[in-house]
Amino acid sequence: MADLLKLTIDGIPVEAAPGTLLIDLTRRIGKEVPAFCYYDGLSQVAACRMCLVEIDGMPKLMTACTQPVSEGMVVRTETPTLTKARKGTLEFLLTNHPLDCPVCDKGGECELQDMVFRYGASESRYVEIKHHHDEQQWSPIVYFDPARCILCYRCVRVCSEGMGVHALGVVQRGAYAEIAPNVGDHLNCDECGMCIDICPVGALTSDTYRYQTRPWEMDHVATICTHCSGGCKTTLGVRNDEILRANNRDRSGINGEFLCVKARFAFDFNESTERLTTPLIRKNGKLEPASWSEALKFAASKLKQTRDSGGEIGVVGSTRNTNEENYYLQKFARQVLGTNSVDHQQSGDVITLLDALAGRKDALATADDLYQSKAVLVIGTDLAQQHPLIHWQIRANWRHHAARTYTISQGPVREDQHSVAALQTDPGQELQALPQLRDQLAAEPELVIVFGDTVKGAGIRELVAFGDSLGIPVKYVSLVDYVNSRGALDMGVTPFFQPGYQSAANAGLKGGKTLPQILDSGSLNLLWVVNADPLEQRTLASEEAFVIVQDLFLTETAKRADVVFPSASLYEKQGTVTNVFGQVQRLQRAAQTMGAKPDLEIIGLLAKELGAAPQMGPWMADKVFAEIRETVAGYNIPLPVIATGGAAQTQAPAEALGVANDPSLVRSAQNTLFTSGTLGKYSRKLDSLLESPGALYQDMGALELTSQ
Amino acid sequence: MLYNEPSPHEVKVLTQRFGLPNSTTVDTYVANEGFQAFMKAASMTPEAIVDEIKKSNLRGRGGAGFPTGMKWSFVPRNNPKPKYVVVNADESEPGTCKDRPLMENDPLQLIEGMMIAGLVVDSHCGYIYIRGEYRYLIDIMDRAIEDAYAKGWLGKNIQGTGFDFDVYTHTGAGAYECGEESALLESLEGKRGVPRIRPPFPAVAGLWRCPTVLNNVETYCAVPSILRMGGEAWANLGTPRNGGTKLFCISGHVNKPGVYELPMGFNLIRMIEDVAGGMRGGRKLKAVIPGGSSCPILRADECDIPMDFDSLKNARSMLGSGGVMVMDETTDMVQIALRIMRFYQHESCGWCIPCREGTLWLKKILTRVSDGMGQNNDPALIHELANNMLGRTFCPLGDAAAMPTIALVEKFRDEFEAYVRRSPMADLTATETPVPVGA
Repeated sequence: MADLLKLTIDGIPVEAAPGTLLIDLTRRIGKEVPAFCYYDGLSQVAACRMCLVEIDGMPKLMTACTQPVSEGMVVRTETPTLTKARKGTLEFLLTNHPLDCPVCDKGGECELQDMVFRYGASESRYVEIKHHHDEQQWSPIVYFDPARCILCYRCVRVCSEGMGVHALGVVQRGAYAEIAPNVGDHLNCDECGMCIDICPVGALTSDTYRYQTRPWEMDHVATICTHCSGGCKTTLGVRNDEILRANNRDRSGINGEFLCVKARFAFDFNESTERLTTPLIRKNGKLEPASWSEALKFAASKLKQTRDSGGEIGVVGSTRNTNEENYYLQKFARQVLGTNSVDHQQSGDVITLLDALAGRKDALATADDLYQSKAVLVIGTDLAQQHPLIHWQIRANWRHHAARTYTISQGPVREDQHSVAALQTDPGQELQALPQLRDQLAAEPELVIVFGDTVKGAGIRELVAFGDSLGIPVKYVSLVDYVNSRGALDMGVTPFFQPGYQSAANAGLKGGKTLPQILDSGSLNLLWVVNADPLEQRTLASEEAFVIVQDLFLTETAKRADVVFPSASLYEKQGTVTNVFGQVQRLQRAAQTMGAKPDLEIIGLLAKELGAAPQMGPWMADKVFAEIRETVAGYNIPLPVIATGGAAQTQAPAEALGVANDPSLVRSAQNTLFTSGTLGKYSRKLDSLLESPGALYQDMGALELTSQ
Repeated sequence: MLYNEPSPHEVKVLTQRFGLPNSTTVDTYVANEGFQAFMKAASMTPEAIVDEIKKSNLRGRGGAGFPTGMKWSFVPRNNPKPKYVVVNADESEPGTCKDRPLMENDPLQLIEGMMIAGLVVDSHCGYIYIRGEYRYLIDIMDRAIEDAYAKGWLGKNIQGTGFDFDVYTHTGAGAYECGEESALLESLEGKRGVPRIRPPFPAVAGLWRCPTVLNNVETYCAVPSILRMGGEAWANLGTPRNGGTKLFCISGHVNKPGVYELPMGFNLIRMIEDVAGGMRGGRKLKAVIPGGSSCPILRADECDIPMDFDSLKNARSMLGSGGVMVMDETTDMVQIALRIMRFYQHESCGWCIPCREGTLWLKKILTRVSDGMGQNNDPALIHELANNMLGRTFCPLGDAAAMPTIALVEKFRDEFEAYVRRSPMADLTATETPVPVGA
């Protein structure tokens, strides 16, 4: 590291690395130089002129946001001259500002409001007519009130620089300059809402949150998004058990401020009128509401009867349950019900990857690796559509560290904007394109390889062999679909493994059926499905089978059920989830739906009915997680990390797994930005957004995502 | 064509070919000392060329007066990136009309100046950014460029010197802001014409982020004569530190307004009396804006001053672009302030807050005062708001709006107060002011 430079800020001697911006340095030492347009991580615009500071030897006031530190610099951040300058600039800003704070969504958390409290005039000297522009709706989600806009260009920058979408620009000039969609009068974009989130004032508002509440009326609950496998930290704004907004404005967690459209707006499934709020029991061929005790007794008696009579039981876990629930479920199945037919829908061949990487340390990439690695290879996926966080991280890496990106995909992808090589192949042919990149990749100092579900089984071993042959450190990410897809595997919700990838066969658990085998088994007596919808596109072979379902909604599987328990969503639970990188994060319960119970509790109550409660242990997330930490390899993570909202990395198993995965079980749902499995179907907001983001791509062919 | 009779006081160096038949053709140009400087420069080292320009004391004619030789020496000649020569022909400063006759009457002199700059910084590509309203000049320039290519004065291996140089014209779209050099580069790259953060300066990262020489038309036009005459001889035409001659655009209440080439340091009063034929109708001189609308106004008693960069700076004004606007005793200074502010409000690009909002507010106050609805504190408010803009804006446009306003209020405060005294709203405070209908 280069030598630190010594300088003085407000009489305090400080040291900083060359190239540090004054504004960052002042903030680091607790002197907040005010700024609207400066935004850490985005390009500099120096437009708001609020961050002026005095520097000895400079004739004029300088903007701290553009001024790098230099040796011996003497800086003052709070002087009467500066206060007057900032006050003067604020007075200018307020001339055409509507001052409609009492009805503005941003009131209470508005940067302009804060700044005026700090510097502003109490009385306006502006007696002229304010010029006004009417509010505009740019998309089903984004509203723009030009009058409130202070033209800090954060939205324009985050859209083009951060997202690579380039949907926003500036029209007109001078006092009439206005932010506007770059094409026509509407946005054709990812609808990620980053522009709304990053707006320091109430100019950009969202359809879901506008005019709903005030910031101080909500509880702000930090938890994990329930949609894709990225595992973004999200702060839910909750009032009266109703989720009103989601953002991550404190920029904490693995995702910083980033959230995609699903995390930010598709929480409304939680308040869907179609949520199940009472248990259902099939009576005379029809599902009828029942009491919890009746339904529990009914289901438990069937479980007991089937077990005791040696009947065939299949248990299906979920990629949207917590680790605790999946752990508890497989334990129940194996220890109480005596079946090893426990499975879920695999969406990425993590098993083979872990087997291929067994014994290596740090061979699994984290979210941070994608931001730091000098080079990234993306195979067989459209990250901007399917894994927005990973796309954001790679793009930020390119913006901030000039990382080189290589893509092998079926069609054009967003990374092509900056990738150094973009190859296009037919699906399944991706690995055959690898040799074309060999020389370039071998010249990189390090590499992270991200691959989708078309690379599986032998393909993964081939890919790891290719990575080894490059002679550089290579890390891998095997993409999976949902928030706890990775955790479901780690927790042994598969007939091949007990938790921590301990071979089930070695433990004497034999004859477990996989998900397709369970569904196709004509002799199945009982099927228990927890928060999954395996019957969405296929039928259950056994017409006699008794079906127990726990879900939020009356899914296709629930419609076939004999008992349905209404379960709580991930936003209504405590517990942990493990994201695509193998990072464990903790949930906080944000809301609750009357009548629904967390799946952990439902499983626990069934265990109690079966008299297995002592064997199963208490159905409290913390207790179950304590057991997971003790028994599951890789999960002995430091609790303070996750307790404080951090992400704790799990490691690949130390030894080869010894059991091969069946690659035919691996199938991604190929969700796009605007779909999210069952939850997506019940989000009215996502439904309203099913417009095509096609203008962002040269070739619509890339987006023909057929449901398989 | 020429718009005014030449004056006997003129020293015709840059304008020596003005009025010659077919002065825009290569044949006429070559027959009248044209391209001699380029041929001479082609045999010199870049350092020697820069030395001559440094000796000439040529200072940027766009208004800032930065020494041209020094500016060129900042361009890293050995940088592996391509280097560019860009001409700022976005002449938009109110009161200024000197680049227009230079391009209209002697386009090849500009091209020769660019070629010499190309020799200095090892550039082989030049752009002339011409303001949109000067579209007819693009035809003249394009014909001259075509002629130069045809006669072997542009293109590959120019006249056997081994030097290649191409020149392109590019039209602006009507934004004053694009006369600011970094906004000009943004516009030339096809983007919105807003200024860039500096440093880096264009010499290091200019067009397409490559090293770029960027000068005003008149600056390039001065270069051939410097090399022809020798830097020292050229410098001696003017005053110390302010070399050579300059085109002054004298407008306003004089008998013979026009563009005159005069030595730097020419006395302003003599300029009005001797060169421009004195005040219109024999009226008394009241004030002069010496260098285009952004320059603080000089009262009549401040006008006995040599017209060069340093003297005017000492008088707290600027030589600017040499747009001398002369006003007689009938001039209403509130109307001048309003007219100037209307211009800058209209031209503010909107990038930064103080300029965007300040110009609009000032325009509204000045409009209200001018309409007879001023308030007692308005003159003080105008002065304070302009001072709140001064030095705080992203680019010099905010200063350009603030400086003349401050000077007008300071020097002619009585006129602003007279307007306010007649107003029925004079004594109302801000909170008592009736909200205008429609607000």
